[in-house]
Amino acid sequence: MLKLGVPSKGRLMEKPFDWFKDRGVVLRKSGADREYAGAVEGIDGLELVLLSASEIPKELAAGNIHLGVTGSDLVREKLAQWDTVVSELALMGFGQADLIIAVPQFWVDVDTLDDLDAAAAAFRKTHGFRLRIATKYHRLTRDFLREKGVADYALVDSQGATEGAVKNETAEAIADITSTGETLRANGLKILDDGLIHPSQATLFCGATDGWSVEQKASLQNLRIQLGL
Amino acid sequence: MPSRADISDQAHRLRQYFEAQGARNVEAETLLPAATLLDLYGEDIRSRAYVTHDPLMGEMMLRPDFTVPVVQMHMESHADPARYTYVGQVFRKQEDRSQRASEYLQVGYEIFDGSNPAQADAEVFAAISGALGDAPVQPSTGDIGLLIAAVKALNTTDARKAALLRHLWRPGRFRAMLDRFGGGGALSEKRQALIAEDNPLVDAGLEIGLRSRAEIMARIAALREDQDTPPIAAEEIALIDALLSLSDVATHVLAPLQEIALALPAVRPALDRLQARCDALAARGVDIDALMFEGNYGRTSLEYYDGFVFGFSIIDRPDLPPIATGGRYDALTRVLGQGREVPAVGAVVRPDLLLEVTSC
Repeated sequence: MLKLGVPSKGRLMEKPFDWFKDRGVVLRKSGADREYAGAVEGIDGLELVLLSASEIPKELAAGNIHLGVTGSDLVREKLAQWDTVVSELALMGFGQADLIIAVPQFWVDVDTLDDLDAAAAAFRKTHGFRLRIATKYHRLTRDFLREKGVADYALVDSQGATEGAVKNETAEAIADITSTGETLRANGLKILDDGLIHPSQATLFCGATDGWSVEQKASLQNLRIQLGL
Repeated sequence: MPSRADISDQAHRLRQYFEAQGARNVEAETLLPAATLLDLYGEDIRSRAYVTHDPLMGEMMLRPDFTVPVVQMHMESHADPARYTYVGQVFRKQEDRSQRASEYLQVGYEIFDGSNPAQADAEVFAAISGALGDAPVQPSTGDIGLLIAAVKALNTTDARKAALLRHLWRPGRFRAMLDRFGGGGALSEKRQALIAEDNPLVDAGLEIGLRSRAEIMARIAALREDQDTPPIAAEEIALIDALLSLSDVATHVLAPLQEIALALPAVRPALDRLQARCDALAARGVDIDALMFEGNYGRTSLEYYDGFVFGFSIIDRPDLPPIATGGRYDALTRVLGQGREVPAVGAVVRPDLLLEVTSC
């Protein structure tokens, strides 16, 4: 049996069901809405597991589920060297959102990472501490800023309502996920011209197949044919 | 693979060797306050060091190296001059190189003595070289001080020099910045409009966060000043490039460096130090006709070396990290010394690697 993890709530929940249905695989939540188990019709050897989207990466890595639908941002954030741990079976074409760096619109002198770097140097001198960037995407943001050679910043953890961090003076800038940018604008923020860290979308991932049984490998092959992958 | 007990024995033999050179044995805490290290090294250290949380002391870090605690200990002791050695574990996350050890022993040798920096540089190098004995190693050297001196000697504004010096350790951004200051790449229309604007903050949007109106205006003033600054001459940029691309034995780089010093006379004192160091190394029996010097050496390590830098790599084993690394870190003592500065140079050896290459 192959376990397929699908988000149980949040922005990625509904669409995976449609995506699989369009390809002849019907996923159903079994029983009441609150239950996190499900049923699969249209193909054998596949079991549905409902999980939080943010837990799917580590469950895939641990081998507790074999396949999983989650955001490509979450896999890159949660798994070190993600591409040696899981593989992408399909980009699913929904749940698009960009992980970006945003600063106050009021900062008319900052449009690029180059500007952010210069502003960070001056900020540290003036205030005595590093320019703070609020985010829950620590790994992705840090790797991005290192690659781009930005210095004198510090990441501060923000697990929710990150857009409000600047207004609340807990950070000077943010790194967050956005789809339309509307919430950012409403909070007086703008995206840096070259501040795209990762364009995310819902993706069907497959865990490492090394320890799988012959039946499980056959089920995967079967599923790939059914899904046209 | 050598056992932990064997490695520990090797480490203590190295320490004894350094004690015989006149170093005093010191110990350091394993759990260090994260704030000091983060302030020094920036966010990047988080991806390399293990961070943990103490309910009372706040964020703590498992010792990623000995330099900071040893410098702090020295600055508090007010002993001068001093030579130290130590043995202990350091901890480094290896996310991108999972085959490398994330916990290993280091044995160090550090000199705090400003009386003769060239002699101290040579002494540390010779001590490490002696400790490695006949292990199959290849030393390389460099001098961050030369690069700092060359940037300071450029014919341009202090603001541009400061910007370049800040990114010495980020070669990509340093290069891009140097090209920009050399006149490469026009300002975007948006930026030109901003500089031309009399009242740039009108309609700028909600004034939020700690970065104030005055700070933004100061940056715009800096942008205007930079706009009016003539580009750094192509000849001067070529000299920096020439310095960075040096790669030859120490005795052969002195002539091209003399040429650079003729064009940028302010580089002369740094060059004299290099010359004095070469003499001191030769006096200690180091074969400087075979010692490699690289203009770019040490630019991608943690950003605290500001003079002589060196490392010993294992011959024919590019898969292994350097067996020993070191350098001069005067500026770090200034940052940690709260106004005091003690010229310092030091290096660390990995006993596990030494055992691995000498026991087979």
